[in-house]
Amino acid sequence: MTPLQQYLALSIALFFIGSWGVLARRNIILIVMCVELMLNAINIALVAFSNYSPTGAGRGEVFVFFVFALAAAEAAIGLAIAIAMYRLKERLSIGDFDEMKG
Amino acid sequence: MKTAVLLIPLLPLASFIITGLFGKRYFKEKSHYLSVAAVAVSWLLSVYLIVQVERGEELHWQVYSWIAAGSFKVEIGFLVDQLTAIMLLVVSTVGFMVHVYSIGYMKGDGGYYRFFAYLNLFMFSMFMLVLGNNFLMLYVFWEAVGLCSYLLISFWYTKQSAANAGTKAFLVNRVGDFGFGLGIMLIFVTVGTLSYSGVFSSLGSIGTGTMTAICLLLFMGAMGKSAQFPLHVWLPDAMEGPTPVSSLIHAATMVNAGVYMVARSSPIFSHSPNAMFVVALVGAFTAIFAASIGLVQNDIKKVLAYSTVSQLGYMFVALGVGAWTAGMFHLVAHGFFKGLLFLGSGSVIHAMGGEQDMRKMGGLKNKTKITYWTFVIGALAISGFPGLAGFFSKDSVLAGAFHKGFWYFWLVGLVAAFMTAFYMFRLIFMTFHGKPRDEKAFAHAHESPRSMTIPLIVLAVPSAIIGLLLGLPPESGHIDHFLEPVFEAVMGEPVHFGLLDAGLMTLSALIGIGGILLAWLFYVKRPDLPAKAGARAGFLYRAALNKYWIDEFYFAVFINPVRALGRGLWRWVDVGIIDGFANGSARFFNGVGMALKPSQSGKAQVYLFSMFLGFLALLVAYLILTI
Repeated sequence: MTPLQQYLALSIALFFIGSWGVLARRNIILIVMCVELMLNAINIALVAFSNYSPTGAGRGEVFVFFVFALAAAEAAIGLAIAIAMYRLKERLSIGDFDEMKG
Repeated sequence: MKTAVLLIPLLPLASFIITGLFGKRYFKEKSHYLSVAAVAVSWLLSVYLIVQVERGEELHWQVYSWIAAGSFKVEIGFLVDQLTAIMLLVVSTVGFMVHVYSIGYMKGDGGYYRFFAYLNLFMFSMFMLVLGNNFLMLYVFWEAVGLCSYLLISFWYTKQSAANAGTKAFLVNRVGDFGFGLGIMLIFVTVGTLSYSGVFSSLGSIGTGTMTAICLLLFMGAMGKSAQFPLHVWLPDAMEGPTPVSSLIHAATMVNAGVYMVARSSPIFSHSPNAMFVVALVGAFTAIFAASIGLVQNDIKKVLAYSTVSQLGYMFVALGVGAWTAGMFHLVAHGFFKGLLFLGSGSVIHAMGGEQDMRKMGGLKNKTKITYWTFVIGALAISGFPGLAGFFSKDSVLAGAFHKGFWYFWLVGLVAAFMTAFYMFRLIFMTFHGKPRDEKAFAHAHESPRSMTIPLIVLAVPSAIIGLLLGLPPESGHIDHFLEPVFEAVMGEPVHFGLLDAGLMTLSALIGIGGILLAWLFYVKRPDLPAKAGARAGFLYRAALNKYWIDEFYFAVFINPVRALGRGLWRWVDVGIIDGFANGSARFFNGVGMALKPSQSGKAQVYLFSMFLGFLALLVAYLILTI
């Protein structure tokens, strides 16, 4: 059986790759995709914990379904916002949208 | 009787509300109908009340509990006894006549409805003041009449001097009322109640020192309201108000409130001979002091105002020496003849087209016959001409002082009486006799309308005969017997009229006539004498003409330093420190905001990165703390 640490290592790696994408990429669609990546990193961690827990079998998976639903909604709304933003400025670089600065 | 007692104050109140609310739009020049009718009914009811009281009825009526907080209980209640009844009669009679008079005097004034509304409010307050059965009601309506006085002095509020005079009256009265309020609090603290009967029945348990303190504090209020030295300065200035107001409030009724209060508190005062002496001393000094100023004033209303101050001084002498009924008698008589004199002066001013300076009058005798003759009756009455009201009332004051052993107050009163006769007839000779000094104004001079002359005639009647009716025989006349129940506990031995009294009476009559003759010599026979006498008197003349520089003294000692203090506080404390605090804190947060402003860059990724760093920091902190 694969040890828990390997699952967690994968999860952490994915999470930080996603974080890097969110923080560093300029394209809004790519940022949304990286958010998906971060969510799925968490999903892996949840499933792994659920599987290794002596009492919590199956509970982690329930959360995963919630996260799926959330991710789907987020993707739909995020992409809709991206389209609206594109219509507004004909660009999709996040640096162009800084109207809320103080 | 209860209905009458309720209706007397409530009718003017209702009229005040209705006239005040609807007068401007609906009643306009008909505003006086309701006001005069209300006061007329109050007057009839007052006459009815005094008849009932004469028959021996009294009313002690607790209407309802006004304030109840722990041991502090104040009832709204009425007390009708001889003192109340006689005050009601004076207030309502003069009030009624002044209302009628104002119809003519105020005709065409822009604030016609307002004037009658205020007069009604005053009547209500004054009635409540004399009807109340406890000190708090006295105090509340004491302030209410002060408010009406203020409103009516500055009735022509666009005139700067009138607005100033109103403010001055209000502020000077505050000084007195401060003492009055403290006195009432001291009464409550020592006795635990404020109703007259409750206070008077538990006087035995109060120490002499406390008693004197209470009396002096109460008297301080009386000094303010009744314009006694050194708080007399507001009354002459109050003449800026319309003349009917001067007559009603500043001669016949409100200024008597102080005398009424001391008379009502006679059981307290009689326990403190020292306070009584102070009352008499202040009264005597004011009597002669104000009379001496009255000698040289040239404004017809100012002469009468100083005369009022002086006569109020007489009343306090009477109360202070313990001649209580004499003081009240003088109050009643003075209410009638001084009300008459003021209304007469208003008629003169009306005839002269608003001129108040006597140096521009003269020769009005034949043009304004009714005014002239009623004025002469009033002047003879106040001068103590034998047979008229002032003769008996003033004589009973002076004789009272003499009998009680205060011969020096008697002497001062006698000198003041001489001055009174002199300045009143100086006024008459300057105004009505001789040649007109201002031809243009004289040509326009005319007798006042009937609404003004009838009140003059009506008030001339009691001024002439009230002394004979009430004052004979002196010091045990009708009024003394009538008021006896009120002052029963505090009156000394009854005085029997004897040879000494006849002598005193003759002397004061001679003094009065002497004053009149001297005025005649000065202003009719030898018109060059006043200037010579003025030059001879030199400094004294200038001092009296300038009212002994009391106003200037107050400005130098109180008003200007307080102003300077205020300006200093404003410039340095308020602008420097208080505003400095407020502006400084604003500047501080402004600076902080400016410093933090760049962090709000609007760049989503910068925010996210800081969140990420924060998350990492929390994580690291957690790990360090747990492992």
